[in-house]
Amino acid sequence: MSAPGPIRRATPGTTEPAVARYALIAIALLFLALFLVLPLVVIFYEALAKGFKAYLEVLRSPELGTAVRTTLICVGIAVPLNVVFGLAAAWCITKFRFPGRSVLVTLIELPFSVSPVIAGLALVLIFGAEGWGGSWFVDHAPVIFSMPGMVLATVFITFPFVARELIPLMEAQGTEEEQAARVLGAGGWQTFFRVTLPNVKWALLYGVLLCTARALGEFGAVAVVAGGQVGQATLPLYVEQLYHERTNPQPALAAASLLAFTGIITLLAKTWLGRERGKVEKLTPDGDPARAP
Amino acid sequence: MTTEPGRPAQDGRVASAALSAVRPRRARVIPGFGLTLGYTMTYLGIVVMIPIAAVFLKASTLTWPQFWSAVSSPRAISAYKVSFGCSLAAALINAVFGLIVAWVIVRYRFWGRSVVDALIDLPFALPTAVAGIALYALYLPEGWLGRILPPGIKVFATPLGVTVALTFIGLPFVVRMVEPVLRDLPADVEEAAASLGARRWHTLRMVILPELWPALLAGFALAFARGLGEFGSVIFISRQRPMETEIIPDIIREQVASHYIGARNLAEATAIAVVMLVVSFVLLLALNLLQRRLGRRTVRV
Repeated sequence: MSAPGPIRRATPGTTEPAVARYALIAIALLFLALFLVLPLVVIFYEALAKGFKAYLEVLRSPELGTAVRTTLICVGIAVPLNVVFGLAAAWCITKFRFPGRSVLVTLIELPFSVSPVIAGLALVLIFGAEGWGGSWFVDHAPVIFSMPGMVLATVFITFPFVARELIPLMEAQGTEEEQAARVLGAGGWQTFFRVTLPNVKWALLYGVLLCTARALGEFGAVAVVAGGQVGQATLPLYVEQLYHERTNPQPALAAASLLAFTGIITLLAKTWLGRERGKVEKLTPDGDPARAP
Repeated sequence: MTTEPGRPAQDGRVASAALSAVRPRRARVIPGFGLTLGYTMTYLGIVVMIPIAAVFLKASTLTWPQFWSAVSSPRAISAYKVSFGCSLAAALINAVFGLIVAWVIVRYRFWGRSVVDALIDLPFALPTAVAGIALYALYLPEGWLGRILPPGIKVFATPLGVTVALTFIGLPFVVRMVEPVLRDLPADVEEAAASLGARRWHTLRMVILPELWPALLAGFALAFARGLGEFGSVIFISRQRPMETEIIPDIIREQVASHYIGARNLAEATAIAVVMLVVSFVLLLALNLLQRRLGRRTVRV
């Protein structure tokens, strides 16, 4: 570690003594090593603990293949739906003023404050055996224990991600450019695709990334809806099934390592996107809205 | 929607003319209001509002004694204690260490700083079940950390284990709330304090900390709220032991599972879910008020 120094001017009295600086850095790094780095390292270490062959055996199993497919279907439906919604919501909220606007913004963030397990329960209350159509859904259009339920659960959980990235940015950008485009004769869709979309490109990608990461990893809501049925599992659910079935944690960790890998990619992409975004976006002074999914 | 943006005051009354003069004029040349608002409301209604309403509707079919006995069963009470206690403990740990981490990232330069900065978001990027199974492997009695823990301290299958998982999940909330406020803090205030003879510790406590307080509180509340609903990262390390390490989402999931095999109805799970939803909504409201205040504070720079 090179000598730590303050970023700002080292006027005496506006920085801490060197001892305190080193101590604080040491505390921070130790805490992060213990809580963030160690869990990440242990996944890959334990996944490979029984050798590379045992690792590949888990990855090649047909159950894992099915789980990957199920996960990709959930992501493939939930993310595009929430992208379209995010764009529509951001458009009406930021380009127009209407009563109830701020209430709408709050409602969009609602899924963040609902426990995933409760989201799953809500779907069971509608589509389950005690549901709204009696047992009609169970008999004729199964949602619980099947793909539609898992997709709906994923859509609910990842609902706000795109909208919440776009709204603060489009609010700050205002409507001048769109107005200019319209005055110059552009149509509505043309204005959207040629003016608005390029302006929010990075924020949109950022939202898509967060939305995808969460959809890939969603556990609680999908777990309740899938009901532990064999063959009906997303990748995170399959990790749990392996953990319950085997006495040895290696297979579960091997399956988890795939998801951990996507997590690392997400983190890298997020850092890169954040940097690209920072270059082009001029946010309001208080900008940089806290990104806390 | 009567006050469509910038639509000129059609009735010509002075009051509304004055109103439209105060507000930034948004010309009606921008299309798509009806389409996007309609789509937003419909989609929001179907995906979010109907399911949440379903929970409250189901709960409303219970009589008060039924509701009360469901939410106050000994097992539920034990789960509230674990959920609230561990979330609170984890949020407190995160408030302290998250503040230190944010401070170190913003104020000091050291080797690997940008890696550390990126790593903070790991709990957002890593699927919760993966975090859960990783913590399980670490704190197993024969795991890397389980092995070296002093004899008196048990993490595996104890509330301490639940707290460890919730600390992992909540860390980025505190760091990412405090960081921008710390970064935007004007330097001249500190310089003024120093030039007036304040010791560094005094400046930290009397000048900097009061500025950080709302952000720290907001981060704490976010971490706490997230902890209450968290599921995937907790269940492996906690072993879901009833009356010991069971959290509220555990109870709801188990009730739904026994409903699936026809063993019981969903009344009890729904009642407990309503309690949690109400708590979450109150927290959300408090956070919104806090963030409004926070917004004012940070713009001030």
